[in-house]
Amino acid sequence: MSENVYIIGAGIHPFGRTDSRSGREQGVYAVREALKDAGLEWPDIECAYGGSAAAGNADIMVNELGLTSLPFTNVANGCATGGSALAASQQAIASGMYDLALAVGFDKHPRGAFNAKPADYGLPEWYGQTGMMLTTQFFALKIQRYMQLHGISRTTLGRVAEKAFRNGTITPHAWRRSPVDLETIMNAPMINDPLTKYMFCSPAEGAVALILASEKKMRELGADGVKIRAVSVKTRPPNSFEVFQAGISIEEGGKPTVLASKGAFEKAGIGPEDISVAQLQDTESGAEIMHMAENGFCKDGDQEEWLANGWTEIGGGKLPVNTDGGCLACGEPIGASGLRQVYENVTQLRGRAGERQVPGKPRFGYSHVYGAPGLSGVAILERE
Amino acid sequence: MAEKIDPDLWSDGPEPQLMGGRLPSGQIVFPMPVGDAAEGVEPYKLSRRGKLWSWTSQGFLPKEPYEGPGSGPGEGPPDFPGYLLGYVELPGEVIVESRIVDTRLEDLHLGMELEFCIVPFNARYDTFAFRPVAQAESQAA
Repeated sequence: MSENVYIIGAGIHPFGRTDSRSGREQGVYAVREALKDAGLEWPDIECAYGGSAAAGNADIMVNELGLTSLPFTNVANGCATGGSALAASQQAIASGMYDLALAVGFDKHPRGAFNAKPADYGLPEWYGQTGMMLTTQFFALKIQRYMQLHGISRTTLGRVAEKAFRNGTITPHAWRRSPVDLETIMNAPMINDPLTKYMFCSPAEGAVALILASEKKMRELGADGVKIRAVSVKTRPPNSFEVFQAGISIEEGGKPTVLASKGAFEKAGIGPEDISVAQLQDTESGAEIMHMAENGFCKDGDQEEWLANGWTEIGGGKLPVNTDGGCLACGEPIGASGLRQVYENVTQLRGRAGERQVPGKPRFGYSHVYGAPGLSGVAILERE
Repeated sequence: MAEKIDPDLWSDGPEPQLMGGRLPSGQIVFPMPVGDAAEGVEPYKLSRRGKLWSWTSQGFLPKEPYEGPGSGPGEGPPDFPGYLLGYVELPGEVIVESRIVDTRLEDLHLGMELEFCIVPFNARYDTFAFRPVAQAESQAA
């Protein structure tokens, strides 16, 4: 029997570019915001998990936060760093070992596309030398085939980006705060066909911190908690098609997102139809479209109708998706990105999202992160 | 002919073939694993013919480790010609990622017949690619 776990504090450092602060300083800022939100002081925190992909180790933050001797575990899990930090801190409390835990993610990337080293991914040098080891290409190759097989139009890709920038205009922590119209998105320079410049998120900076508590602790503090109903992190199954693959099996395999989604729904004992708001990995427009289906919210191909009818808009009638503008409007600081999605759901479920608040008192929030080399993390939160 | 970008990537001779591997289970993989992962894997010459599985264009100059046109000393984005790439399904074997040459983006379509070829890459190396099979030859095949 494991303990119920609640998120009682959520803090964010605005995403985008902050030249005056290092990635870790942005992390410290987010932790202080989360502590303030929960009505706690740093010495109250009993254990911590966190990391970044390109901005150093998280445990060094004790220099600024205070030398309280707490166990602080560095997490390095690529795009799933935040999801893994959340899963680890949730387990720390669910096991009964701790009553208060911190999950933190931050990052600061140089401008331009990520450049990965083949050896880090167990790949031959020629794969990088010849210009085939780019994450953007993978997403374009995946959506190109998906569009052919399931009748998704280029306009639908554009609509996803248009919605993201529109939501970004009403989100204080977003990077892109100006709307971009569909025509501009469609006619922008092509990065990797069929994806134009505005359909891709950019590497960025930012930080998010969440404070998790046992039910007992939450009640003792009288905190405004949101329950973690399920967390599921899955790596790729056999024969799957993932980022950085020089060869793919001719047998169609499973998908880590489908596995993580099913696992989370099973643990939570609810289904996709119960979700009131969703944050889905939108590294680019096509990813949001494919992830709508992979997470069970619609059938392959139905996205064409969903986007045309605005069903994923805030107040759009079916399922608001990426209410803070997602990665497209917030940018992608790898270590913080997954936790931003959870931060957004906490904010929505507490009814504190202001202009971008999903109407009708949302009860279940769903977040999904995907990254190299093929792993997905899903978290389902509940407002009790 | 220039140097191969990787000496073991394709076979030599008049009809070169991309080198994959056959796992003990019979599954064909690409590329051929190296080191301990190669244990029990037999080198396997892949088919020279395949069908286009997906494709895209590369519109910006990649950062290192890319070593193609536009990446040299004193070169930059204006020197970058762009290129096409995709996945090619080799029937019954494996789907391989490759450059696509001798065609245009707008002519690419799912299931298009392609054949293996060796192309110049930079001043030092050749690399592999797939190109459309000539119409008449495609019908004859």
